[in-house]
Amino acid sequence: MKFSNKKATALAALAVSAALVLSACGGGSDSDGGGSGGGGGDLSVTFLPKNLGNPYFDTSDKGGKAAVEEFGGKFSEVGPQEATPDGQVPFINTAAQQGIGALVVSANDPKAIGDALNEARDAGTKVVTFDSDTDPEYRDLFINQASAEGIAKVQVKMIAEQIGDAGDIAILSAAANATNQNEWIDLMKKEIAASHPNIKVVDTVYGDDDDQASFDKTSALLQKYPNLKGIVSPTTVGIAAAARYVSDSDFKGKVKVTGLGTPNQMREYVENGTVDAFALWNPEDLGYLAAFAAKALVDGDITGKEGDTFTAGKLGDYTVGADSTVLLGDPFEFTKDNIGDFDF
Amino acid sequence: MSTTTLVEPSRRSAAQRAVSTILTSRESAIALVLVVVVLAATSQRSSFLFSSDSWRDLLLAPSILLLLAVGQAVVIITRSVDLSVGSTLALTAYLTGRLFVDNPGIPVVVVFLIGIAAGALLGLVNGLLVALGKVPALVITLGTMYIYRGIVLEWAGSDRINASDMPSGFLALGTKTILTIPVLTIIAVVVLVAVGYYLRTARGGRELYAIGSDPDAAHLYGLNVRKRVIGAFVLCGALAGLAGVVYAARYGTISSSAGTGIELQAVGAAVIGGVAIFGGSGTVWGAAIGAWLLITINRALPILGVQDFWQRAVVGALIIAAIVLDRVLAIRRSRKLIEARDDS
Repeated sequence: MKFSNKKATALAALAVSAALVLSACGGGSDSDGGGSGGGGGDLSVTFLPKNLGNPYFDTSDKGGKAAVEEFGGKFSEVGPQEATPDGQVPFINTAAQQGIGALVVSANDPKAIGDALNEARDAGTKVVTFDSDTDPEYRDLFINQASAEGIAKVQVKMIAEQIGDAGDIAILSAAANATNQNEWIDLMKKEIAASHPNIKVVDTVYGDDDDQASFDKTSALLQKYPNLKGIVSPTTVGIAAAARYVSDSDFKGKVKVTGLGTPNQMREYVENGTVDAFALWNPEDLGYLAAFAAKALVDGDITGKEGDTFTAGKLGDYTVGADSTVLLGDPFEFTKDNIGDFDF
Repeated sequence: MSTTTLVEPSRRSAAQRAVSTILTSRESAIALVLVVVVLAATSQRSSFLFSSDSWRDLLLAPSILLLLAVGQAVVIITRSVDLSVGSTLALTAYLTGRLFVDNPGIPVVVVFLIGIAAGALLGLVNGLLVALGKVPALVITLGTMYIYRGIVLEWAGSDRINASDMPSGFLALGTKTILTIPVLTIIAVVVLVAVGYYLRTARGGRELYAIGSDPDAAHLYGLNVRKRVIGAFVLCGALAGLAGVVYAARYGTISSSAGTGIELQAVGAAVIGGVAIFGGSGTVWGAAIGAWLLITINRALPILGVQDFWQRAVVGALIIAAIVLDRVLAIRRSRKLIEARDDS
């Protein structure tokens, strides 16, 4: 009895796991049927974000869809529910079997999906990565959202505009050893020294990308530097915390807060007047550009070689840079006037 | 048979004794340090005390840690420790945000009650495991710390609750003041007074000290050790739950990493405030002043010109100094008792 019980349990477990595997393969895909077998000129483009239901990718895929409809291709979006390293593999395999023209991927892992991507490419599918790259040997083109120089430059420009190009500012960063932030801060300081001699960076503090620490550091900065005119925070956690502190203090309106943030996080503070403008790339444009890059590859206009040029609809002309990378452009500035158009 | 006492009852009047208790107590020593810190910072920058923002911050900033330190002190007094309070805070803070997102118009009072109840439930799990499993609380709560944090990570993922997701009436609580005293501080002080009064005067409160001094003796004496220890953990969890709701109101942004590391600050606050880590002595007043000191020092050090990186070292030195002081006092006390015995 005991034995057969075990057997029954094992069978049940097997059945359940089989069902899970099957549903995992079918789940999440809302592709509207594949293209008509490989070959050049097939303008079916499939977007594969890190995961579905992520507002950031909903926005980028919206841009991709608009672009594909503009050039008369066939758009579809598939993706895993969870952003796990290998969760995208089955979707890549399916896309390859359908023989679609191009696959636009934001990679959850630079290597884990590499083999699957190369199989798809062998089957004639062009692979474009955006937002998050794979190693270069696994894709034809990477659409880079922003360069470090562009990010540094736009932040300096915003704070200079907001404080009248003169006065003390401070920087609220993430962790003291965060590579990206440190690079941006260095470039910002150089840019300020070169073109904004009346702006002085009095301090750089580290909020460790922690809401509470960033909040308390903002309070300390405002205490320590009574003449502070502005705070620049090149991290989404820091800028929201700084804005929250300033928005219900006496410094509201006197100390400007800007940096890199997302519209959903910053909406409250832009609407109540604490923040004039902040920057990030526009995910919608990113998706739009990725779709046009995919079209250019499928049509054979470009091969991903450095110096290739193509036109991306309303965004204009783009040139492929080193390592088969295309740069979207300068970061996008969000203000009171346009923040209502974004939801991510 | 005549009763002999090791130490004669004091011949001084009640008033004299009260004065000497206040002058020599651990709590007043810490309070003195706090006053010195505030004065030092104010002498550097008069706005540290005299601007309305910083007066508010002086009272408001410690309120979350104060709640946690009070709960922690109660648990430590029973010779346990609760390392899961940071994760409990994160869970209830995220729960608070979700309640507002999923049930628009939910009354704020209900959210407070749900937060406290959820915290108490998590505390009950800790208490049951510690009391019934007879495993050291350090190990159990280290485990639940990771489990609770794992639950938040799974639940929240990369999603965060933003200020614009919560009603402005609730967020206003974060900075609202009554007669220049912040509402959140009033909540924390009411909790402090209630718990302090219970520990000092109620039978249940005194039993907690007895259990912490010598659990076996307390058991032999017939105290319901298990029930009291579970009660201490439930209280600690409930206060962490309350702290979670307060956190949401104060910071306005909640991610799955909210309150990371705050459990050690709570233990630190209790120890600095004179709660012996091996249980049986100390007061929640001390823990509360310890919490206040920790937060205020963090705010004051930047003004005094101490670098970011050294601030943690100062906090560490403070904890060690508190423990050394404890040890010195304990040795002196036991020597006095031995002398008194030898003299009689």
